[in-house]
Amino acid sequence: MKTVNSAFKFHGGVHPQYNKDLAASKPIEAMPLPQQLVISMSQHLGAPAKCLVKKGDAVVKGQLIGERNGFISVPVHAPVAGTVAAVEQRMGPAGGWADAVILDVAEDQSAAPAFLPPLDWKSASREDLLARVNDAGICGMGGAGFPSAVKLNPPPDKHCEYLILNGAECEPYLTSDYRTMLERADRIRAGVEIMRKILNGPAVRIAVEANKPDAIKALEKAFADIEGNVEIVVLPVLYPQGSEKHQIYATVKRIVPEGALPIAVGCVVENVGTVAAIADAVEKGIPLTERVTTVSGDGVVEPKNVLAPIGTRYADLVAFCGGEKDGVRKVISGGPMMGFNVPHLEIATTKTTSGLLFFTSAKVFQYTSNACINCGRCVRACPMQLNPAFICSAVESNDIAAAQKMDVMDCIECGACSFGCPAYRDITQNCRRAKASIRAAAAAAKAKAAAAAK
Amino acid sequence: MTAIITAILVIAGIGALAALALAIADKYLAVQEDPRIGLATAALPGANCGGCGFAGCADYARALVEGTAAPGACAPGGDAVNAELAKILGVAATATEKRVALVKCCGTRSEAIRVGDYNGICDCSAAAATAGGDKGCRFGCLGYGACANVCPKHAISITDGLAVVDKRLCIGCGKCVSVCPRKLIELVPASATIHVLCNNPVRGPEVTKVCGVGCIGCHLCEKNAGGKEANHFTFNGFLAKVNYENPPTDATLADKCPRKCIREDAHFETGN
Repeated sequence: MKTVNSAFKFHGGVHPQYNKDLAASKPIEAMPLPQQLVISMSQHLGAPAKCLVKKGDAVVKGQLIGERNGFISVPVHAPVAGTVAAVEQRMGPAGGWADAVILDVAEDQSAAPAFLPPLDWKSASREDLLARVNDAGICGMGGAGFPSAVKLNPPPDKHCEYLILNGAECEPYLTSDYRTMLERADRIRAGVEIMRKILNGPAVRIAVEANKPDAIKALEKAFADIEGNVEIVVLPVLYPQGSEKHQIYATVKRIVPEGALPIAVGCVVENVGTVAAIADAVEKGIPLTERVTTVSGDGVVEPKNVLAPIGTRYADLVAFCGGEKDGVRKVISGGPMMGFNVPHLEIATTKTTSGLLFFTSAKVFQYTSNACINCGRCVRACPMQLNPAFICSAVESNDIAAAQKMDVMDCIECGACSFGCPAYRDITQNCRRAKASIRAAAAAAKAKAAAAAK
Repeated sequence: MTAIITAILVIAGIGALAALALAIADKYLAVQEDPRIGLATAALPGANCGGCGFAGCADYARALVEGTAAPGACAPGGDAVNAELAKILGVAATATEKRVALVKCCGTRSEAIRVGDYNGICDCSAAAATAGGDKGCRFGCLGYGACANVCPKHAISITDGLAVVDKRLCIGCGKCVSVCPRKLIELVPASATIHVLCNNPVRGPEVTKVCGVGCIGCHLCEKNAGGKEANHFTFNGFLAKVNYENPPTDATLADKCPRKCIREDAHFETGN
């Protein structure tokens, strides 16, 4: 085990103000159970889970309430004991509506939890471990929510050479991964050993940004006596260092081809929080039902890193952190660069909610878009080496085909272009629009072809 | 002098040869086009609105003559044009009723609550993709004018955060129907005068939370229009819908609606 500095810098990137000091020194704090949870069936990327409970059902902690529904899908478990008050459509953090189980939390939480049987990873077979990751409902906790069992089971013709742990946490304000690395480094180590077994012994690279020296020290300590090819890679501080593709470049200097998954270049990238969750799921049998969420920003009384059950309404979460200050103008679920602006606090946390940020008018800038001045700042900032200015203009004139020609589908929506734009143009939003429109057209063409084949 | 005559003769000779070549080309290289394509193109209104699903009037005329399209798809032309096309093609004319677009929402800024300030691209689908849009009602008109932007006749205006169609200008091409991310624009018969301007099928208490004029499915309109047997209204969840096969004509229905989401035709006349 050794610690190395990353030698490879990707093109572009920006340096936002990190403001991590607001919550970085706050240890992870478990919050008291709220009265009600709103557990969405669509917390991950892919098909929503199939709801298995109905109104009036009593559930115990850890009980399966949503079944995996398709290949790219994960099951959902009850975080606490309680009674199902309703199963209805609720809005998720990203604005989409999906079925959600409204759970009235029982006052008496003494009922035995329905956890899965603990497994000894050393003696368990690779298939059993993989099945456990799947049954425990684990998906990427960094933001996208890609099902981990799919990631850890590469197609037979692909071999995973590098397992990369994503501890960059390049989004400003967020400190949940940092606190996890600091306080749960031993769980991360256990997770790494399990994942190494599932993936047939790849080399391990733990990628951490240089602005987290404590976390690096904690990891060095936890991994000191680990065998095999394990390295902690210290990355330069640069947004979007936590992006999967850029992390692969910064750690092992491989470039993921357009439209492909990291396994195409022999890499599997997993968030550090997810790795700890995998360790708990295997060694203790605990499904993924709680996560650390950073509640921060200048609009919250006491910024904290909260360990909350999944499905906690934002209103309950902020109440635990002393409530909102007066004059909150904007609430963001996730980080300020890529997170979702939420319209109200009835929305609940999911497996991917890494942060909840409150900003007052002092921090919120209301802008009016102006014409592009062709300064090229977005081109310099784009980590995917696209030409955001031209793409934006093409989308504004409804020329989606031109945007597609300029590889808008490669855009990772990191927001580096809009961040530096002196004309305040909605570049990222236009790229998103183009991508949505291209995807919708492709889906429509596919549906048409399927109808014609019938 | 000789030079002038030579020049005239050479030019005249080239002219004669070229004329001969053109005459031969006209005879042997002529492109055979069905004369009906020209006739059909002339018969169509020339609005090039694309409502028939083709790139323009000439494209539709070509498809008609080639037999890949049927007459009756031209909404702006109406019955007169369709009859003319049927005559050109030698098929029986099918009568179609003029249809106009109807925005099934009446939640203006003062009536329907907004849950946030949207500060981004002024387009409905862009707004809908940002945290679901700023309107409290997830079925209602966002009012960013995606429909107005595609309307070839400028028949749609945005008034107080709500799209309103001017029935007199609308040609029923249906372009607005396909761009609306909320899918709340419908083509309805132009002769219908009573409309339910709401698109929210959820339960009453949830509707009243977000909109002052949303339909709560109280069935009062059905009762006032002669009961279920009269078949003037249909219901989808807690949402009334006019049965346009058999539309009601009683103007007092609008006044009797407790939620004021039933409106008489006058709503269309925006005066633009």
